[in-house]
Amino acid sequence: MTADVRADVVVVGGGPAGLTAAADLARTCRVVVLDREQQAGGIPRHSDHPGYGLRDLRRVLSGPEYARRLVAAAQDAGADVRTGWTVTGWAGERTLEVTSPAGRLTATGGAVVLATGARERARPARLVAGDRPAGVLTTGQLQQLVHLQHRSPGTRAVVVGSELVSWSAVLTLREAGCRTVLMTTDRPYGEAYAGLRMPASAGLRVPLLTRARVARVVGREQVEAVELEEVGTGRRRTVECDVVVFTGGWIPDHELVRLGGLDLDPATLGPRVDPALRTSSDGVFAAGNLVHPVDTADVCALDGRHVAAAVRRWLEAPRQPGAGVELAAEPPLRWVAPSVWRPGEPGPARGRLLLWPEERVLAPVLVAVQGGRQVGRVRLPWPAVPGRVLRVPSSLVSGVRADAGPVRIALG
Amino acid sequence: MSDVLEVDVAVVGGGIVGCAVARELAGRDVSVALVEARGDVGDATSKANTAILHTGFDAVPGSLESRLVARGYALLSAYAEQAGIPVERTGALLVAWDDEQLDALPGLRAKAEKNGYTRTRLVGADEVYARVPALGPGALGGLEVPDESIVCSWTAALAYATEAVHRGAHLLLRHRVSAIEVGPARTLLTTDRGAVSARWVVNAAGMGADVLDRMLGFDRFTVVPRRGELIVFDKLARPLAPTIVLPVPSSLGKGVLVSPTVYGNVMLGPTAEDLDDRSDTSTSEQGLSSLLEKGRRIMPSLLDEEVTTTYAGLRASTEHSDYVVDVDAGMRYVLLGGIRSTGLTASMALAEHVVGLMESAGEPLAERPGLPPVPRMPMIGEAFPRPYADAARIAADPEYGRVVCFCERATAGEIRDALYSTIPPTDLDGLRRRTRALMGRCQGFFCGAEVARLLEDGGR
Ligand SMILES: Cc1cc2nc3c(=O)[nH]c(=O)nc-3n(C[C@H](O)[C@H](O)[C@H](O)COP(=O)(O)OP(=O)(O)OC[C@H]3O[C@@H](n4cnc5c(N)ncnc54)[C@H](O)[C@@H]3O)c2cc1C
Ligand SMILES: Cc1cc2nc3c(=O)[nH]c(=O)nc-3n(C[C@H](O)[C@H](O)[C@H](O)COP(=O)(O)OP(=O)(O)OC[C@H]3O[C@@H](n4cnc5c(N)ncnc54)[C@H](O)[C@@H]3O)c2cc1C
Repeated sequence: MTADVRADVVVVGGGPAGLTAAADLARTCRVVVLDREQQAGGIPRHSDHPGYGLRDLRRVLSGPEYARRLVAAAQDAGADVRTGWTVTGWAGERTLEVTSPAGRLTATGGAVVLATGARERARPARLVAGDRPAGVLTTGQLQQLVHLQHRSPGTRAVVVGSELVSWSAVLTLREAGCRTVLMTTDRPYGEAYAGLRMPASAGLRVPLLTRARVARVVGREQVEAVELEEVGTGRRRTVECDVVVFTGGWIPDHELVRLGGLDLDPATLGPRVDPALRTSSDGVFAAGNLVHPVDTADVCALDGRHVAAAVRRWLEAPRQPGAGVELAAEPPLRWVAPSVWRPGEPGPARGRLLLWPEERVLAPVLVAVQGGRQVGRVRLPWPAVPGRVLRVPSSLVSGVRADAGPVRIALG
Repeated sequence: MSDVLEVDVAVVGGGIVGCAVARELAGRDVSVALVEARGDVGDATSKANTAILHTGFDAVPGSLESRLVARGYALLSAYAEQAGIPVERTGALLVAWDDEQLDALPGLRAKAEKNGYTRTRLVGADEVYARVPALGPGALGGLEVPDESIVCSWTAALAYATEAVHRGAHLLLRHRVSAIEVGPARTLLTTDRGAVSARWVVNAAGMGADVLDRMLGFDRFTVVPRRGELIVFDKLARPLAPTIVLPVPSSLGKGVLVSPTVYGNVMLGPTAEDLDDRSDTSTSEQGLSSLLEKGRRIMPSLLDEEVTTTYAGLRASTEHSDYVVDVDAGMRYVLLGGIRSTGLTASMALAEHVVGLMESAGEPLAERPGLPPVPRMPMIGEAFPRPYADAARIAADPEYGRVVCFCERATAGEIRDALYSTIPPTDLDGLRRRTRALMGRCQGFFCGAEVARLLEDGGR
C-alpha cells in the first residue's frame, strides 16, 4: 500500500495556479501537487482554442498546449504531480484527507497551497424554471464533451451570457458544428466583446440579445426552446434550440476552505487572503481563481509564482502576521482581491488589486476610503467591463493605515 | 401466442408501491411479473418526493393511511438496515410562527396519540432555537416528533425490485399496459411489447391507476396530479438543518418544510398545486419564487447557500381523502390507488395489506422456504461509510479510489457495479439514482462528459 504523503509543500489543484507555484517551489523544496482529474492542467486542458499563456509564458498557446507545458515545467523542476488524487477534507491543520486509487491516505505539508479554481454556476443554481431535458450545459461541460469526449452537443445553441468565457463557448460550438443562434445577456450591452479581439478575428458573428433573461427551459427529453424575458418590460419570446449553454456565473470551488473553517470572503466566496495570498489559517495559502473568480489563466499562473515567495518565507520562519486591514468593494464593484491589506508588507501579485465590475465604465476612477477619509485615488486608462476582472494598481491603497479601520474601494 | 408471459400475479406499476408488492408476492407461492411502462423502476413519483419516513403522527386517525403509514414505518425501518437503504433518524420539529399555529400544537399532539404515536413533545421557543439555531426570527414554540426520519427513496425502490427479481419475479420494463381483458380464470394484459396473462392483477400504477381501473370497467375515482416543487441546497448548508423543520398546518395553508436529505443536502419545499397534465414535472417560476419567499422566513441563512438542484414531483391525489384500496375477488383484482403523499413510507405495509386482501379473497399465499438473502444495496447515504472513504475497500479494489463525480465522490467502482447490477441503469438519471454521480453542486461541469462516456462504455 502506498504510504501517506509528506512534503514541504502540498499543492491542492494542478491548474495554472497550482502548477506554476509548484514549478517555482520545487527548485528549493519537496512539492507534491494533488489533482483529482486523470490529467493535470486544470481548465485549459479542455479549452481547445488559443488565448493562453500571454503574461506568464509570453506567447499565445491553445489551452491544451498551455496545460501540457505547465505540467512539464512543474515536473521538470522536480514537483511530484499526482493525478486521480481527490482531496476530500482535512485531517489536521496542514494535513489533508485524500482518496486515490493508491488508497485512502493523508497528505501533510509544512505549507499547503489551495488552488482548486472556480466553476460556472449550472442552471439549477440560477433557478431557471421549466423542464429538465438533456442539452442544458455549462461551458466547462460543453468543452469536455467536445474536446475530451469528441461528442456533438447539438445543432442550434443559445448561449446565456456574453463574457469572455461565453465567446469561448461559441468557438467550441462552432468547432462542433453547432450554430449559436443567439447570445443573451441581462445587461444593456454585450459584456466582453468590446475588450476582446478574438471573436472579431475569428469571424464570429452571433446575434446578441441584450436585457434578456432566461425564464424557462422547454422540452421534456431534449431542449426544444428557451423562453426569454425582456428585463424591465417583462415581454416574452421563445427561441427554438436544442442546446443551451449557461456561461460565467462563477463560484470558487471553496469546499476545502469551508470544511477547514478558513475565513471566507463574503463577496468572492473564496478564502479571504492578504497580498501574500495567506489565508486565515497558519501555513495555508490560496491562489488562482479560487481567490478571484475569475481571471485569465496567465494571471492565475502569476499568482502561483507570487505565492511561492510567501510560502518559502513561511517555511523558513513559520510566523503568521496579525489581523490586517479589511478591503471591501462597493457596488457596482462586486468584490476585491486580496481583501486583507498589510501596510508595510510587499504588495499583491503583479502589483495589482483585482476587482469585479458589474457596470461598464470607460475610464474609471477608483477611490479608497478609510475612516471617512479618502486615502487613495487612481484613474485607469482601460475600461471596466462586466464579466472581466478589472486590474487596478495597488498604489490605490498604499496610503492605507494599519490602525484606521476597514477600507472601502469605490468608483469615484 | 408465443410472446404471452403467463404468471399468477401481474403487478402493474414499478414505483415504490409496485416494487414492494412484487417483492412481497415473489416471496410466496405464486409467480409474479412486475410490469412497468418506463425504462426503470422508481422513475415516476417515487423518485421525486421529500423522502421522509413518516411516523404517521399527523394522519387522519382511523384511516387506512394512518394504519399503513405507522406499520410501513416499522417495516421499512427494519428492512433498510438489512438492505443498506440509507435512513437517518433526524427527528422533526413543527415550528409555530403565529398564535394560531401555536394554539394548534396541543391538538396535533392529541391527534398523534390517536394515531398511536405517543412520543411527541411540546417545546418552547428557546428550545426551538436551541435545536435549530438558523431559524428566522419569530418562532413561538414547537412540537417535537423525535422519530420522523429521512430515507433514500431511490435505493428503497431499487432494493425491493432487486429482491423481487432475485426471488424469481419477471421484471418487464418498457411495458406499458394499454388494455386489459378479464376472463373467467385469467386476465390478459396487452402491452406495447407483448402480452401478459395473469390470474391476478395488482394495480399500482400511481398517476395512471384510475386509467387502469377504468380498463377493468370501474369508474370510482380520478387522479389529479398535485405538483410539489422543491429546491435542494448545497451540502455545505447541511449544518443549518440538523432536523426536519415542519410547518404547522393552518388557515394559511400547508406551508413548506426544510429538511436534511440522506445525501447530505438541505431541501426546501414542496409546493402544492393541482395540474391537468399528468406528466408535467417541470418547475415553475412562481413555484420557485414562492419557495424562496417562504424559505427566507423559515431559515434566512439557507438562502445564502448555493442551490444544487430543483425538481418537481406529482402526488396522485383523488377526490377521496384516504387511500383508494380495494379487492375484487371475482375479477381477481387489487386496486392501490390515491397513494398520494405517504406511499414511500407505507410501501411495505401496502404490500403486506395486498397479501391480506388476496388471502381473504381465497388465494392461498404461503411463504416460500429457502428465499435468497436480502440484497445488500450500494450505500449512497452520506451518514454511512461510502466507498471513497473506505480504506480497506480501496485497497482491495482501486476502482473505489478513483473518484469520477467529485462533488458527490462517486467512484468508478460504484459506477461499474451499478452497470453490472441486477437492474442496471439505462440512462444518466438512472445512474444518478444508483450512485449519486452528477447530482452534486457542479451538475456536471467537471464530470458530466466522463460519466456519460462510462455509461456508454460499460464502466471502463
Ligand atoms: C470555457 C473557458 C474558457 C477560458 N478561456 C481562457 C482563455 O482563452 N485564456 C485564459 O487566459 N483563460 C481562459 N479561461 C480561464 C482559465 O481557464 C482559468 O483562469 C484558469 O484555468 C484558472 O486556473 P486555476 O489554477 O486557478 O484553476 P483551474 O484551472 O480551475 O484548476 C483547478 C484544479 O484543481 C483541481 N481540484 C479542485 N478541487 C480539487 C480537490 N478537492 N482535490 C484535488 N484537485 C482538485 C481541479 O481538478 C483542477 O485541475 C477560460 C475558462 C473557461 C471555463
Ligand atoms: C412532492 C412530494 C413529496 C412527497 N413526500 C413524501 C414523503 O416525504 N414521504 C412519503 O412517504 N411519501 C411522500 N410522497 C408520496 C410518495 O412519493 C408516493 O406516494 C409514492 O412515490 C407513490 O408510489 P407509487 O408506486 O404508487 O407511484 P409511482 O412512483 O408514480 O409509480 C407508478 C408507476 O406506474 C407506472 N405506470 C402507470 N401506468 C402504467 C401502465 N398503464 N402500464 C405500466 N406501468 C404504468 C408508472 O410509469 C410509474 O412508474 C411525496 C410525493 C410528492 C409528489
